[in-house]
Amino acid sequence: MSAPLDLPKWADTILVPAISVVAAFLVAGLVVLAIGENPLTATRWLLLGSLGTGEGLGFTLFYMTDFIFVGLAVAVAYHAGLFNIGGEGQATLAGLGIALVLNNLTFLPGFLLIPLGILGAAAFGALWAAIPGYLQAKRGSHIVITTIMFNWLASVLIVYLLVNVLREPQSMNPETRAFPEQAQIPFMHDVFAAIGIEIPHSQLNLTLVLALAAAYCVWLLIYRSRLGYAIRVVGSNPSAAIYAGISPARIIIIAMVLSGALAGGLAVNELMGYQHRLLLEFTSGYGFVGIAVALMGRAHPVGIILASLLFGILYQGGAELAFEQPAITRDMVVVIGGIIILFAGALDGLFRRLVAHLFARQKLARA
Amino acid sequence: MDIGILVTIFDSALRLSIPLLAACLAGLWSERSGVVDIGLEGKMLVAAFAGAAGAYAFGSAWAGLLLGILASVAIGLVHGFASISQRGNQIVSGVAINMLAAGLTAIVGNAWYGQGGRTPPLEGDQRFGGVLFGHSALVYVVLLAVPVTWFVLGRTRFGLRLRAVGENPAAVDTAGISVTGLRYSAVIIAGVLCGFAGVYLSVGQAAGFLPNMTTGRGFIALAALIFAKWRAWPALGACFLFGLLDASANQLQGLSLPGIGEVPVQAIQALPYLMTVILLAGVIGKAIPPRAAGIPYVKER
Repeated sequence: MSAPLDLPKWADTILVPAISVVAAFLVAGLVVLAIGENPLTATRWLLLGSLGTGEGLGFTLFYMTDFIFVGLAVAVAYHAGLFNIGGEGQATLAGLGIALVLNNLTFLPGFLLIPLGILGAAAFGALWAAIPGYLQAKRGSHIVITTIMFNWLASVLIVYLLVNVLREPQSMNPETRAFPEQAQIPFMHDVFAAIGIEIPHSQLNLTLVLALAAAYCVWLLIYRSRLGYAIRVVGSNPSAAIYAGISPARIIIIAMVLSGALAGGLAVNELMGYQHRLLLEFTSGYGFVGIAVALMGRAHPVGIILASLLFGILYQGGAELAFEQPAITRDMVVVIGGIIILFAGALDGLFRRLVAHLFARQKLARA
Repeated sequence: MDIGILVTIFDSALRLSIPLLAACLAGLWSERSGVVDIGLEGKMLVAAFAGAAGAYAFGSAWAGLLLGILASVAIGLVHGFASISQRGNQIVSGVAINMLAAGLTAIVGNAWYGQGGRTPPLEGDQRFGGVLFGHSALVYVVLLAVPVTWFVLGRTRFGLRLRAVGENPAAVDTAGISVTGLRYSAVIIAGVLCGFAGVYLSVGQAAGFLPNMTTGRGFIALAALIFAKWRAWPALGACFLFGLLDASANQLQGLSLPGIGEVPVQAIQALPYLMTVILLAGVIGKAIPPRAAGIPYVKER
C-alpha cells in the first residue's frame, strides 16, 4: 500500500494469485511429508479421485456448485468493503427457509415449488445478513464480529428448531421430514437420461446451472451496472461515495442482502439438490471455504469459478485420498484452505512485492 | 434450590470461565496494541493439542503447558508476521489461523496416535491436579493474570506505550518508540495467554485432546472482550458471567420457570452472542474498540 507497486494487470490478477496458490500447495506438501506420507502419490490419488472417473467428476462439480455460491457471497460484500464471514449462518437460515416453504406448500406443482423454495432460501439468507448489515450501516457495529455472532446464533437456533419443533415426530434424528418429491431439483444424471444420454450417477444436480447463472449476474451487477459501481465506490472510498451522492449506509445494507441471498445457494444445492430434507450441520464449514475462494479468485466471478473448481477437486479428491491413504484425512483440505487464505489473503503483499521486484530487475536487465 | 446446588453452579462456572478468561485477556493484549485477533480459537486449539501431546510424551503436565504455550506463541507469530510486518488483513489472517489450527491438529493427531485425532488419555502426573479448593494451579495463574494485566497495561510505561500504539501509532513512532516491537510483544503475550487457555482445556479440565475441543470458546472470549470494553477487570466479570450461563444451562435443563415455562437450553446458549450483538448495536452502552485496531501501521504516511 505504501510504495506503489508497478505491476502489469495480468501479473496482478493471474500471476500473484497463482504463485500464492502454488506456495500454499508446497507448504501442504511439507505437511504431508511431515506425517510420513508421499505428497506425489497423494497428489495422484487426489487428481484420480476427483477428475479420473465420471463419477468423481460429478462429485467435484457438485462441491464446486457449493463453493461458487459462498465465494460469490463473500465477493459481493468484499466489493462494498465488507468482510462477511457469516456465510455459514446465512446458509443455515436459508436451509430453514427452504424447509418452511417446501414442507408447507406441498400441494403446489414442482415448477412453482422449486422457484419458491429457492426464493425462500435467498430471502432467509438475505435476512440473516441484512441484520448485521443494518447494524454496521446504522449503528456502526463491526460487521465481522456481528456476522461471527450470527453464525453461532444460527447454529443454536437450528438445533433448537430441529430438536423441538421441526423434527418428524417418529424420527429420532434431528431432521425434518423429506421434502415433497416434485420439489427436488433433478440430478444431472436423470436430466441426461431423459434426453437419452447415460452419465455416471453422482450428487451433481441442476443447481450447478443456477450457480453459473448467479456468477454471470454478479459479473453484470458488479462491473456493468449502476448499483455495482456504487458498491465498488463505497468499497474503495466511502467519503468519495458520499461526495458522489451515494449513501454508503444504503449500499452496505444492499450488498449484505445480496451476499446473504447468494450464500443461500449453498442450501439450495445441498438440501433441494441432494439431501431432500433439512438436517443439522449441512453447511460443513463451506461458508469459510468461500472466503478462500473469493480471495483466490480476486473477488471476480471468473476467478471464483476457477477457484471453486480447485476446491471442488480438493474436496472430492480429498475424500478419495483419505480412503487410499488413511493418514491423510479430509482435514488436509481444511489445512490447504487455511494456507490459501493466509497466502492469497493476509500475505498477499509479500508475493506481490516479490513479483514486482522480479519485474523491476528484468526491466533493469533489458535497459 | 439449596446451598449445595449454588456451590456446584459457582464451582463449575469458575471452571468454565477460566479458558474464556485466558483467551479474553489474550485478545485484550493483542487488540489494545492495535492487532485484531479473531484467531483466539485457533491458538487455543493448537495449544490444547500441543499441551496434551507434550504431557503425554514427557509424563508431566508442566511440560505440556510449556509446549502448549510455545505452539500458541508460534501460531501467534504467524499472525504477527502477516499483520504487523506484511501489513496484511488481520481478519483474513485470523480466519486462516482458525482453519489451519482445526485441520492441522486433527491431521497430526491422527498421524501420531491413530485414534481419530485424539491424544491418548492422560493420567496421574500428566494432568493438572487440584491444589486449592479442588482447582488446579492453572486456575489461579489465570485469575492472577487479571490484576497483572490491569497493572501492567494501566500503571506501567510499557503498558502506556502499548495502549498508545493501539490508539495512535504515529504518535508513538514520532516519540522514537518501535511500533513493530510493541505490537510483536503484545502478540507474544496473547500467545502465552491462549496457551494457558488451551492447555487448561486438554490437560486441566479434560484428560486429553479431542478434535475441535474448543467448540467456539475463542469466539465467546471475543464476545466477552467486547462486553468488557477491552478492560481487564470487566473481562473477569464478563467471562464469569458467560461461564455462569454455561454452568446454569446444564442445571436448568428441563427446569420449568413460573410464568415462562420450560427454558430451552439453546436460549441460554444463545445469550452471550445475543448480548454482544445488542451491546455492539449501542442499545445498552457503547463498546468502542481501540482506535487503530485492525489498521496496519505504515511508517512513511
